[in-house]
Amino acid sequence: MKDGLATVDGLKQTDIYQRYTAKKKLAVILLGLLIAIVAVFAVNAGSTNLNPAQVMQTIFGKGSNISDIVVWQIRLPRILAAVIAGAGLSVAGCVMQNNLRNPLASPSTLGISNAAAFGANVAIIVFGAGSIQSTSADAVAINNPYVVTFSAFIWSMAAAFAILLLARFKGFSPEAMVLAGVALSSLFSAGTILIQYFAQDVQVAAVVFWTFGDLGRAAWNEVIILAVLTGASFIYFMFRRWDYNALDCGEETAKSLGVHVENIRLGGVFISSLITAVAVSFLGIIGFIGLVGPQIMRRVIGSDHRYLIPSSALMGALLLLVSDTLARTVISPVVLPVGVITSFFGAPLFLYLLARGYQKK
Amino acid sequence: MKLTVEGLAFKYPSRHVLNDINFTLSKGEFLAILGVNGAGKSTLLKCINRVLKPHKGSVFINEDEVFRLSRRDLAKRIGYVAQRQESSRATVFDAVLLGRKPYIQWEATKKDMEIAQNAMKILKLEDYALRYLNELSGGEQQKVVIARALAQEPEILLLDEPTSSLDLKNQLEVAGIIKSVVKNQEMSAIVTMHDLNLALRFADKFMLVKNGTIFAAGGLEVITPENIESVYSVPVKIHEIDHVPIVVPL
Repeated sequence: MKDGLATVDGLKQTDIYQRYTAKKKLAVILLGLLIAIVAVFAVNAGSTNLNPAQVMQTIFGKGSNISDIVVWQIRLPRILAAVIAGAGLSVAGCVMQNNLRNPLASPSTLGISNAAAFGANVAIIVFGAGSIQSTSADAVAINNPYVVTFSAFIWSMAAAFAILLLARFKGFSPEAMVLAGVALSSLFSAGTILIQYFAQDVQVAAVVFWTFGDLGRAAWNEVIILAVLTGASFIYFMFRRWDYNALDCGEETAKSLGVHVENIRLGGVFISSLITAVAVSFLGIIGFIGLVGPQIMRRVIGSDHRYLIPSSALMGALLLLVSDTLARTVISPVVLPVGVITSFFGAPLFLYLLARGYQKK
Repeated sequence: MKLTVEGLAFKYPSRHVLNDINFTLSKGEFLAILGVNGAGKSTLLKCINRVLKPHKGSVFINEDEVFRLSRRDLAKRIGYVAQRQESSRATVFDAVLLGRKPYIQWEATKKDMEIAQNAMKILKLEDYALRYLNELSGGEQQKVVIARALAQEPEILLLDEPTSSLDLKNQLEVAGIIKSVVKNQEMSAIVTMHDLNLALRFADKFMLVKNGTIFAAGGLEVITPENIESVYSVPVKIHEIDHVPIVVPL
């Protein structure tokens, strides 16, 4: 009896459908190529003039001492950090938007960014991890970055756990989780303001500088940690892509299709929070990518998570890489805060896409 | 295949919704669940496939306790269509292919796509394959979700008011499709309905639900003016036109 469903004449619709999905695969591949091209340009760009040939020589171990340092110690980690953090934040936003059933959800929705900022404030102001640096380039510096990173991470994970526990044991709906996130955000902002109110000028300067977000903070260690975490999370998300598609049809339907809705949601939100917490702790607050990366791709490629997850990751990587490259080159040698460029560059693009509506086919 | 529901009960903290529900359903039967709004019809459907967790009772498919099956295995045996649909930015083919979710390991196979295609064919959706859900009419969307449930190749279909938001033509079409699928694919269907006459025309079993309990259940014989008046508090007369009973409110 059931074989009746599989044996029908003609494969017209499946052929048409496969052609349609092939286009999406192509879009993902093209986006990846675009990132590779921008990355090459980004390695070249900067105040030490190197041409592409010198860059390639250096990467293959035949560069001069200066180009070795510039490429290997400064530019490559920075570019990789942009690509990986951009991808991580964006894919985290993509999963949060799906899991929390809210188009406004992003890595900062659950109060994670504000909690990280609060953690940095605690470290710099309360524990004195920040101080004055006497160079003209930076008025302030953070003389114990590991304490700051650690504190930011601990507080952001505390925020995430608070919400996950409420969801797990008090049965919070996605809507309640988002509202709880807003409440926690406001709580951590208030805590931050209170700490800053009683701090010295230089400490406040140091912490404001931290919150700007700077990809230059990433050395190879940070890049590797981010890469392993983002890579592993990406694989987990891809394994769950059909579950996320089912969740788009509503919770009850997802359950009837065999999805463990609560477990999938707790897992997705936890891993997204972890990526965000690590990225923000290492690099400072980089807003907007997590909201706008997946939302751009939703409009371009549709909401099928088989393609939305990889393309959101790539779009986030591209946005952050382009933003950082602009930040380094627009008024070189001054490096602008990358978060500012992300919004200046991403917001108009996003507004344009919103105005244009969804792409047909 | 035989579905057995034994002593099913469900309550929200403040009130009982279902109480001591017992019935069986055999292969090829089309059961219409009838009753006023809030009688517990939707809750009953959701308890059968564990979308809601009943607080008492058990459900068996043949010898298998539904509550002991994994969600994935259960989804291979029971297809469910909720009362309200959320339309996302997905194509009709995407949506129907999702019915293969319980079978898909990593990626949809050729066979999965062929089954999805055939489910679309049964619902006459072939020309809609690449249309977006959020650009379809209510009736078309309803057909898409029924096609998705068919793509699950279930033994039992649970449909929550599949015809309520449809126009006359679509009501007849969808109810007819459900009836023919039940016969041809040897499934069983449990369908909550508000339109008594549509139920009388297509279903072969009837269950009248009142205040969370079964008021009457069985074949056409339970559809009497007395029973209907007790359940709906509306006096009715039943006429027969072309061998189809018609309920006419007085």
